[in-house]
Amino acid sequence: MNVRSQISMVFHLDKCIGCHTCSIACKNVWTDRRGTEYMWWNNVETKPGTGYPTKWEDQEKYRGGWEKQDDRLRLKSTTKFRTVTDIFHNPSGASMDDYYEPWTYKYADLFNAPEGSDQPTAMPISMVTGEYINVEAGPNWDDDLGGSPVYAANDPNLEGLTEVQRQQLFAIERLVFFYFPRICNHCLNPGCVAACPSGALYKRGEDGIVLIDQKRCRGWRACVAACPYKKTFYNWSTGKSEKCILCFPRVETGQAPACFHSCVGRIRYLGVLLYDADRIEDVARSEDAGLIDAHRSMILNPHDPAVVEAARQNGIHDAVIQSAQQSPVYKFVKEWKIALPPHIEFRTLPMLFYVPPMSPVMASSEEGMVKSVSDDFFHDIEQARVPLQFLGNLFGAGHQAKVVYALKKQKAIRTYRRALTVGDISMDVARRMLTEADCSPEEAEAIYNLTSLCTFDDRFVIPPAHREEAIEMMLDPHEHRASTGFGFVDAPKRGL
Amino acid sequence: MAIESAFFADQILFIVLPYLSLISFLFVSIRRYFRQTFTYSSLSSQFLENQQHFWAVVPFHYGIILLFVGHLAAFLVPRTVLAWNSVPLRLYILEAAAFVFGVLTFVGLVSIVVRRFSDPKVKLVTSPADWVILAMFGVQIFTGLYTAVFHGWGSSWFAASVTPYLWSLFTLNPDITPIVAMPWMVKLHIIGAYIMFAFFPFTRLVHVLVVPNPYLWRKPQVVRWYGIKRLLRSR
Repeated sequence: MNVRSQISMVFHLDKCIGCHTCSIACKNVWTDRRGTEYMWWNNVETKPGTGYPTKWEDQEKYRGGWEKQDDRLRLKSTTKFRTVTDIFHNPSGASMDDYYEPWTYKYADLFNAPEGSDQPTAMPISMVTGEYINVEAGPNWDDDLGGSPVYAANDPNLEGLTEVQRQQLFAIERLVFFYFPRICNHCLNPGCVAACPSGALYKRGEDGIVLIDQKRCRGWRACVAACPYKKTFYNWSTGKSEKCILCFPRVETGQAPACFHSCVGRIRYLGVLLYDADRIEDVARSEDAGLIDAHRSMILNPHDPAVVEAARQNGIHDAVIQSAQQSPVYKFVKEWKIALPPHIEFRTLPMLFYVPPMSPVMASSEEGMVKSVSDDFFHDIEQARVPLQFLGNLFGAGHQAKVVYALKKQKAIRTYRRALTVGDISMDVARRMLTEADCSPEEAEAIYNLTSLCTFDDRFVIPPAHREEAIEMMLDPHEHRASTGFGFVDAPKRGL
Repeated sequence: MAIESAFFADQILFIVLPYLSLISFLFVSIRRYFRQTFTYSSLSSQFLENQQHFWAVVPFHYGIILLFVGHLAAFLVPRTVLAWNSVPLRLYILEAAAFVFGVLTFVGLVSIVVRRFSDPKVKLVTSPADWVILAMFGVQIFTGLYTAVFHGWGSSWFAASVTPYLWSLFTLNPDITPIVAMPWMVKLHIIGAYIMFAFFPFTRLVHVLVVPNPYLWRKPQVVRWYGIKRLLRSR
């Protein structure tokens, strides 16, 4: 057992209102520089939809992630040999057209326009060239377009859905969608790290945050191709790649990352998971159907004395172990099993988990009224407006069982709470539903509390960074004030 | 007098210039690597324009690398090259191959220039230094192709005449007699090469120095530890 700690995340999709506040918080803090305007380290997608970059989940197009060949794992985008031959032109390299050309408006025209009979307008201009552009795409161009034949109908997760299911999904006046906020998953088996020809990408041993060493990056863009979630980006101005850093300067000082902190729906949870690093390769090689279970099984119980002892021996600080014991992520993922990794079939072992959404799935429209009705307890889950196969493709590696389990539990808890507080459902029924959903009343209360009544400190259990142990503390912060961050001697200026 | 001044010019161009360019190449490259590490990048523009990129960059790179390897072979193993060329058919094959790679590089270079001029986004990330090196490559490829056509069997006379001269430079005992009699187009090619080497570390060409060969034998996953834990692990 090789115990390591990882700062992990849970996004509760049932609470996401799709307001994009997280994206804006991130954009304002990190990606408002030249060359990064098109990057959205955090973005919110509408599902069904094509996402950002367009159809990122289609790995026949982008060739991200790993594939299993004869029980061996290999990157879909490259091999050692092809890294040499493809170094001049990356055949699976995404281009700006796959994202969008960032733009702003000529606001000055609103003030400088000569007096006339027409209202002055601020025309859109490209943030790359500064020329007028015809805006044709944006990072959330499919926002709320649940039934769109251009966006929703091209969602790669629709694969395997029957014609009836598709019609059900796109039937007029029964349109349905939910939001899918995404950041870097800080994977255990990251494709980006494995693909980097320069070895510039790395996973931090202490907290598992995946970073790009800006000084070692040479801009070969192999990470952009290899990340199946398309969460590494190429800065075309500096000639270096960049990605979500999980706001490590904030996390190290005990603050939640900007996107977590600003979340209006309070959908985000952050905490430490302890895992067995010796099992990474084995788990990543599991069969599709067993991937989620294997992934869960490598996450260790932080209350188990043997795990605690092994963690200590591995140099994990007691405070971090304590933090792991209070981790909300551990509860959602391992104890309650209602948070699922996105597209685990890409085999990067993502450490960001999603509680699948229930409200838009279960409500049905009858005579113009949206209501949730069923005699059979879980009937409406099977008959969900979003076909379960769709959610299975997104969160279950193509299998529905884990999604159904998570939805059933959520439904049972709602019924139980309704029986408790409203009383129009009998407690007998509620308890029977809990039993069927593999949930005790205590667990139901705990889930209810962490879902609905959670405070800031419940949601974000951030381990102390123990910076006194880090070599960076040898640097004088005052020396780097108003500079470009720790470790940089020179400004990140593009080379000649 | 005229002969003497010509000889003086030859000494400047073929003794002083190469040493200056070598000093510039080594000193500035190393200094830049340690002092301005961030600026070492391939500065790829494939992200901004993905169609012409393939047809421009790939022929250019394969062409230029094979030409470089050819020059290097004639410099390092001249006897082997001469032995190979002793059979006429093999000489023709080598010369033809070199010419084809020269044309390939030329086509790539022209495509690169066209692409950098025609695509507004790519033009935006093209620095003055980029235009200078493109022009230098243009001169080198032109003089190289001209030499290949009008001063035939270069692979043999390079190994027989230029290599001894180059080695005389490296052994700090410069002897330019094999060079002074060369046609002026060949001289231009050699002088151009020296200027390029001198200019090399000031341009994006430094990406050649950071070609990622360690990738071939490193483990797939990279984990970095800081502080005490790193010390614990390195024991």
